This record gives sequence, structure tokens and C-alpha cells, in this order.
Amino acid sequence: MATTASSFMDSLFQRTLDDLIKGLRHNLIGEQLFISKSLEDIRKEIKSTDLQTKSIALEKLTYLSSIHGIDMSWAAFHAVEIMSSSRFSHKKIGYLAASLSFNESTEVLLLITNQLRKDLSSTNEFEVNLALECLSVIATIDLARDLTPELFTLLSSSKVYVRKKAIAVIFKVFEKYQDSVGVCFKRLVENLEGSDGKSMSAAVGVFCELAAKDPRAYLPLAPEFYRILVDCRNNWVLIKVLKIFASLAPLEPRLAKRIVEPICELMRKTGAKSLLFECIRTVVTSLGEYESAVRLAVSKTREFLSDDDSNLKYLGLQALTIMGPKHLWAILENKEVVIKSLSDTDSNVKLAALRLVMTMVSEDNVIEICRVLLNYSLKSDPEFCNEILSSILFTCSRNFYEIIVDFDWYVSLLGEMSRIPNCQKGEEIESQLIDICLRVEDARPELVRVGRDLVIDPALLGNPFLHGILSAAAWVSGEYVEFAKSPFELLEALLQPRTNLLPSSVRSVYIQSSFKVLVFCLHSYLLNNEAHIPSSSPEKLASGVPDTVLGDGFLEASVITAPKSIVESEHDADFSPGASNHGVSVENDGEDVIHGQTSLSVPLEKDYFTRESIIKLLDMSEMALGPLLESHEVEIQERSRNVIGLIELIKQEITGPLVKKETDDMRDEFKALNMIRLICDGFSEELGPVPVTAQERVPVPEGLTLVENLCDLDTIFADMNLLTQSSLILGTLNLGETTGGSLSDLQTKDDLEPATESTSLLSEHRKRHGLYYLPSEKSNSLYNAYPPANDSLLQQNENDHVDDLVKLTEQSLVPKKKPSHAKPRPVVVKLDEGDVPITSRKLESEENLLSGAVRDALLGNEDKSTSAKVPCGKSSSKRIEKGKQSVDVPSESNDNAADKGKADVGKGSSRRSKGRGKERKHKSGVKGGTQREGNGQRENLKSSRTSKHKTHHGAVDSVNVIPQTPVIPDFLL
Amino acid sequence: VLSASFIYIAALLRTSLVKMIHFVLLISRQGKVRLTKWYSPYSQKERSKVIRELSGVILARGPKLCNFVEWRGYKVVYKRYASLYFCMCVDQEDNELEVLEMIHHYVEILDRYFGSVCELDLIFNFHKAYYILDELLLAGELQESSKKTVARLIAAQDSLVETAKEQANSISNMIAQATK
Repeated sequence: MATTASSFMDSLFQRTLDDLIKGLRHNLIGEQLFISKSLEDIRKEIKSTDLQTKSIALEKLTYLSSIHGIDMSWAAFHAVEIMSSSRFSHKKIGYLAASLSFNESTEVLLLITNQLRKDLSSTNEFEVNLALECLSVIATIDLARDLTPELFTLLSSSKVYVRKKAIAVIFKVFEKYQDSVGVCFKRLVENLEGSDGKSMSAAVGVFCELAAKDPRAYLPLAPEFYRILVDCRNNWVLIKVLKIFASLAPLEPRLAKRIVEPICELMRKTGAKSLLFECIRTVVTSLGEYESAVRLAVSKTREFLSDDDSNLKYLGLQALTIMGPKHLWAILENKEVVIKSLSDTDSNVKLAALRLVMTMVSEDNVIEICRVLLNYSLKSDPEFCNEILSSILFTCSRNFYEIIVDFDWYVSLLGEMSRIPNCQKGEEIESQLIDICLRVEDARPELVRVGRDLVIDPALLGNPFLHGILSAAAWVSGEYVEFAKSPFELLEALLQPRTNLLPSSVRSVYIQSSFKVLVFCLHSYLLNNEAHIPSSSPEKLASGVPDTVLGDGFLEASVITAPKSIVESEHDADFSPGASNHGVSVENDGEDVIHGQTSLSVPLEKDYFTRESIIKLLDMSEMALGPLLESHEVEIQERSRNVIGLIELIKQEITGPLVKKETDDMRDEFKALNMIRLICDGFSEELGPVPVTAQERVPVPEGLTLVENLCDLDTIFADMNLLTQSSLILGTLNLGETTGGSLSDLQTKDDLEPATESTSLLSEHRKRHGLYYLPSEKSNSLYNAYPPANDSLLQQNENDHVDDLVKLTEQSLVPKKKPSHAKPRPVVVKLDEGDVPITSRKLESEENLLSGAVRDALLGNEDKSTSAKVPCGKSSSKRIEKGKQSVDVPSESNDNAADKGKADVGKGSSRRSKGRGKERKHKSGVKGGTQREGNGQRENLKSSRTSKHKTHHGAVDSVNVIPQTPVIPDFLL
Repeated sequence: VLSASFIYIAALLRTSLVKMIHFVLLISRQGKVRLTKWYSPYSQKERSKVIRELSGVILARGPKLCNFVEWRGYKVVYKRYASLYFCMCVDQEDNELEVLEMIHHYVEILDRYFGSVCELDLIFNFHKAYYILDELLLAGELQESSKKTVARLIAAQDSLVETAKEQANSISNMIAQATK
């Protein structure tokens, strides 16, 4: 009694929703406070036994949740209670709360199955409506399974209102519970064929969604869609039908031929811009071969472009973007509008125009387009400027710099970009600079030049956005210092005082680079001196001084360093101050002899390095780095200590001899030379890019136990020498690569057995790596995959096939005759593109379940099939095409897969049996097979049409494609 | 790279689960939310983030610019009516003009129902705005293209609610309940 009385009082004095909203609006005590006060009331009221009070409380809570984002999951059970009220007004509130706040993980969902079932079978159509709406939001596998019979009944309800809603919900149910397709699909098709417009339109909506995922399964329904396309006058429906045809037409050329005329007719007649745009899009995406249709579409697009309405302009640009690769002429015809749109007031229109311009880029016009865009970027606002920069960076680097022929140009463009005031793309430029440096050997001299220009400019150091770029520039100029015109100048730049503006990570790169430069200078100087010494005793030289005195290291070092010095700078060097200071201590004969020795005729600019200049260099470095010895940053401190340590050692050797005798001098110089040579060796180890997956592909050698306790770790670290430095610095640059040399060095010291194994593996790796360097002729295939450790024949064939395709697309992509390039495109080292993540494959197989179910339903329920092997061309294959290569698809032979597929179809609805989990697993395996078939076919289609799409190589898994005849009734053909 | 690919897959999953429209938002010119309807699963946290992000982008756009905003790989079509912005989020491939017509359709029906609708109508009748939207869109798909039909359906449901309310509010009923 007490509780009922209190609930009675509650209901008398309860705030209504209106009160709540008014209170919120008047906002006397602050919104948050008011809300929390109201929530307190609601928590009390919602426990009331009086449903009226309870439902008002729930309604208020729903309001607070949907407008103010208040959590209402705690009230889920109350919502269920109110849903089950017999009064429509309560029920409605309950259902609204449920559909706004429930999700698949709401626990009380388990409780509402019966309530939904009851309401779905209600005689009151509005109650059915509530249940359907709720189901459309919260459908779970369980709900979908349990309520399929009710939906099946509703699909042929005599009430149109209920029927059309049931149709819309059925798609959700299909997705959650594939077996429902077998039950309901026939009725869905009946609704499509039926005379009632509303049900038909709802059914078209469902098929539009279904066909977007897996068009091939719905080819048998093409006649129905065609009828709707021709007869229907409802624009909403027509748009959906057009979408369906856009996905069906590429699969069946005869169908495309059939629909071209009706679509053109629509295009000419319709006044609705939405329908017109859909027609244009359908034509340009799927009917590109029909010249007249495309011309019509382009002319309509031009109307869009010239309209004042920026919506239409935006869409016009979008349509052109779709056309772009195939119908370049369409863009050229509208070139003016496009370029003008780059300076539109609307940033979205500008973006669309930019995207369009970027689709036009090819290797012939990339220089020109980038020039225009860079000019625009200087004029535009910072945001758009960076959009331009990032799209240039993206397009040019796509597919391993596919469109770049002149890397010198591109590298200097990168340098230019860095100097644009609004540039915020430092990170991307940084990684591209390093990437190019590693991949393209021929670009290195230019890279070093650009790097020098960047490093030497003190103004750039103050811009935090550029620090990444500067770090890359410093690394490049240190790593490839042999290309530098003036190492002295470089060292000065790397050590300039303003570097204290840099973050410590970048600064340590600077110091490490200066270390490399210093070592290079010393090495050149000492080599030079040595050349001078043997010239006084030629007979010694003849007997092979280097070999006996210095061992193998000498030859290696000179082979590596000698070709790296620049030829062009020779003349500059003659006029450099260093050279003028220099006396006559070096004789040219000696130099020549040395080079004769190492069989290299490149003259070195030895004159540059004199004792005085070297000492000056050492002093300068010492002065710049001295203060850093006490730095709190470990990286900086450690690196500068290394440099200073070296300087101190060298100074003793070099400055000492001034007062010593000639003979001592000679020995000391050799000692210094020896030491420098060792370091130089370490630095001149060639760094190549390593694929991300390389580590996985190296099989673990026998006898190597990776999990064992590393008790010798301390000794390893104690032995770690300077060589590992290069690997460290790469680590900070985040390149994800390993320096093979230093690692193996480490290992040999420690443990002989696995070390020999791994070094041999490494050398094998390098051999392969070398094999996959590309020949420099352009005509050769661009595609190159790093083969997996156990590559099969299948893989090989596939690659060949893809290569052919690539060649084809390449040729067709180039509209004009190729200008004769002054120099051939340099080699770009490519490695694999990585594997498709496993999850994506899982997703496919899941999605395929639905397609499979639909196929079963179509084949089982309609006797239109001619072959049991209608492949399910998969929407997700599109995804793989876009993405990466799926290397490790189980190598199940194709025939086998097809057989299994047949068996699968035969099984049909037997899949509904209890062992669902198992069945599903088995099925997804089969899907792998059929999917490959589908992919293969798609690829085939593409090649037969010589489409200019960028085909991606990964998707092709099948080699021998089984010819398919899609199931289309004769009526259409 | 890995996290990027996961995001991509997650987006794919989401699009595979959801039909045309992902959500509908009504935002006032001051950035106050007037209606939210989510057809894709978003957590409460995500929802507030989406609203914050989008209202920032959309409210900042001047008049006469195009009505489409690209956002996280989706397209948001919006239109301003008086002080209210109506926004719908759709997939890239969807027809923007169609969505724009859909918004207009909704506004016209609201207008017909409330009699020249204003922001206050929607504030105080937020549930009705939802019911009307539900008649128009189901599972993110347009359901009813006839304004007259929607008006009739809503009226019928209103009368159902009214009769139920009358029953509930009759004094005798209340007394009967209280003395039960």
C-alpha cells in the first residue's frame, strides 16, 4: 500500500518532459547541475510500479540521452518493461528508448525475443511497425534466427505498410543470419516482381545493398530490374536500380548493351538532377565502352560544371574524376573549369578539383602539373597548401615512384617543398627523402646537394615542421658525403650553433652525420698522404704495400670510397682555399699510381685536404661538440663523446709528426690510416632497403634457440664497437632496417655455430636481393615481388601473368607519344608490398556466407540456373585488388576448389543443421577457392577490355580460369 | 601501417553492416544538438566525438558553398533550414543529391505536421520528430516517398496514443490504481 501510495504521489508531482525541457532552457542553476538533478528524479520515478510514471521517466531519460549524451544503458531493463505494456502510448516510448540506446551488447536483448515476436504478429500494424523498427537497429544473430519465421509471414502480409517495412528489415536479418536467405529470399523476389509499387521500391532498396556487395549472384534477376528501369517513374527507385545496374553491367556485356539506351533516354529527359547524376555515374563507371553514352554524360557533366550551384560543380568534378583515367579527353575538354576550380571559394570544390588534377598525372606531365600546383600552393591558404603538397607527395610516391622518371627533378622538388612557408608535411618529405636515397642509387648525388642546401640554411632550423626534413637531409649528407662538393662546408653546417634549436633526436642525427663527414675527410687526407709517401719509394709499391701492410681491408676500402668522390667538383676544388694553401707535397704521379692499383681512373680531389685544413676541421669539431659532452640527452652525449674521442686520437697522430722524424711520421700515419679505414669500412657498408617481412621469411637455423636465457649478454655489450653506430642511427630514423654487417660481426664473436649459419643466410639474402635489382630499361616489367622463402611455381606463373597485365596497362596509360628522355629512368629498388592482413580474409569469408546463401536461394528456388557453378564474384576482391598481395592463400588446386563449390551448392539448405560452427568453417575454406575463381575471372575481364584501370597484381590467385556463362534468361539477349 | 589497416577494415565492417545512411543529426546554429539518430553502431563516446567534430566543420562553412563535406572516408550531406542544420552521413558511393532531397523531404513533412515548423517545435516534440523520421527512414533506407502517406500514418498513431492517454488519465482509473 505504501509503495502504491508513493507512486501515486510520484505521478501527481512528476515533472513532465515539457517541464524538463523548459527547465533546461531556462537554465537557472546551470545545465549540468540541472541534468544531474533530473537524473536523480528519473532514477526514482523509473522504479515506480505505475507504468505511466515509469514511461514518462523513461521518455525524459531518452531525451537527455539523445540530446545531451547522457548514458542510459542502466535503464535498459526498464525500457523492456515498458515495451511490454499493453498500451500503445507506453509501448511507443519503450521502443523509442530501445532503438536509440540498445546495441548488440545490451544484455537484456535476450529477454525481448518473445516480446518482439508477439508484437511482430500483432494485428495492430503500428505495433508491428515498432517491433520492426527496433529489430532493424538491434538485430543480433540470435534475434535474426528466432524471428525469421515471423518476418517470413510479414513479407507477404496483406498490409502494404507492414510488408514494405519487413522488406527493409530483412536485409539486416540476412546479414546476421545467412540461413534466413534460404527461407525468405523467394518472397523477397516476389515482392520485387509484384504489382505494388511500395513493396517493389523497398525490395529494390534491399537488392541495391545486396548487389553492391556481390553483384554476380543477382544477375538472374536482371530482367526484373530492367523492367523497373524502363517502366518505373519514381526517381528514388530509379536511382537504386541504376546503382544495381552499375554493379551488374561490368559482369555481363550483353546486359550493358541492353541498358545503354534506356539510361541515355533517362539522361535526356529527366529534370531531376539527382537522377541525372546517377545516370552519369552509371555510364562513366560501368558503360565506358559506349562512346555515345559517354559523350552524352560528358556534355551533361559540363552543364553541371558551368552551373552556379556549387553542389553541381562539385559533383561535376567528381564525375570527371571517375572518367579521368579512361576518358582523358573529357577532362581536357573541361580543363579550364578544372583549373579555375582550384581557386574556388569553397574548399571542398578546391579539393575535388585537386583530386581530379592528380588523376590526370602521368609520367609525361608530372613535372608540368607539379609546377602549376606548387605555384597554387604558394598562393593558397595554409590548409589547402598542405592538401596540395600531400597529394603531390602521395601521387608521386605511389607504387614506388612509378611516374617519376627524372629523380633529380623530384628530389629538388622535395627540397623546394620544404621551403614553402606553410609546409607542414615534414614527416612525409623526410621519409621520402630517405626512401629515395635507399632505393634509387642514381639520385644520391642530387639528394646530397639538396640535403646540403637544406642543412646549410640557418633559417630553416627555427621551423619545427622542418626538423624531420632536416634530420633526413643531415643523414643523407652524412651517409653519402662522398658526393658532397665541399665536405668542410657540410661539417660546418652540421655543427653550426643554431643546431641547438633542434630536438635531441634530430640533433643526434646531426652529430652522427658530422662524425661520418669527419671520418671521410680524414680518410681522404690520409689516403692522399699515403699516396705521397709511396711515391718516394716506388719499388715498395710495386711489391704491393697495401696488401702486406694493411691486409684486405685496404683494397676494399679504396674500392668502396674511390668511386664515390665526385668527378664534377674536381675543378672547383682547384680554386678552393684549401688547395691554394696547399704546397707541393702531393705529386700527381703518386695519385695516379694509387688509382692504377685499385683499377679506378677517377681522379680524386686530394688537393683539398691539407694538414692545416684538417687540423682546422678537428679544432672546429672539438669546439662545437665540447659543450655537448655534458648534455643530459644520452643520444647527444654518447655521439659527441664518440666524435671527440676520435678527434683526440687522431690529433696525436697528425699533429705529432710536425716535430717528429720522417720515418716515425710514416708509421704513425699508417696507424691513423688504419684506424680511420676501419671506421670508414663500417660507414661505407652499403645500406639497402629491407622488406618489412624479411625477418619472417628467414627460417630459423637449426641449433638456434631463441628463447634461451642470454647469460652472455653482458660480454656482447662490452664488445659492442663503433660499427653498431650506424645501425643505431638508422633506428632513430625509423627505417625498419638492419645493418647486416654489424650484426653478424657481433655474432661471430659470441657463438660460432649459428653465426656461420646466419651469415651464410645473410649472404644468400643479399644474393637474392641483387637478383631483384631491376634492369634499367624501362620496357622491362615494373612489377617485382620479393619472393617468399618457399615460392611455388604457381606464384611464379602468376607473376608472369601480372607482368603482362602491367605492361598492357602501361602502354594504354600513355596517351601521347613518349618524349625521348635524356636519360633512362634510374633503377628503383623494390621489395614486396607485404601481405594481406589475415583479418581481411576472415572478413571476406564472412561476407561470402551471405553471397553463398543468396546464390543457394536463387539456384534452389528458381529454376533458371544452367550451371551449378555460378561463381560468387566478390565485392571484397575489389578490396584485395586495391590492397596488397595475398601470398599465402592455401595452395589448393583450382579444380579441387570448384568441385568443392559444387558440392557446397548441392548441399543447399542442409547447412541449417546443428553443427553450424563446423560447417561454416568448412565453408569458408571453400570460399577461398571460389573466391579465387571469381578474382581470376574479373582479372580476365579486365584484360580483355584492356581497361586502363590500375590493376593490382595481388588479386590474381588463379591461373587457369574456368570459363563461365552467367545465368541470364534469353529474354535479355 | 598496421593500425591504419585495422581502421580500414573496421570501416569496411561498418559499411558492410549498415545501409545507406549511417546517422542523422540536427544541430542548431549555436551548435546545440536537436536530434540524433544512429543507424550504425557507435558508442556513446564516439557519438559525442562525431557530433563535436562535425558541428565544428559544418557550422564553420559559409552560405552558398556546396552541401557536402568529406569526413573520415564518408560523406556528410547537410542543409541549413532557418536556424537548424540537418545532416546525414552516407557512404562515398551514395548519391549526394538524393540525400539532399531526402533531407528536404523530411523537412517538408515536419513542416506539414507542425504547421510551419520551427526549432522550438522540434525541441519540445523531440519524440515526434523521431517518429516521423522512423516513418521516412528504416534501417537507413528511404521508406516512404509520399508526404501525404506519412502525414496520415503519423496522425493515426497520434490518435492511438491519445486514446491510450485518455484512458490512463481518467480520474477513476487513477483512483482504481491507487487503491489497488
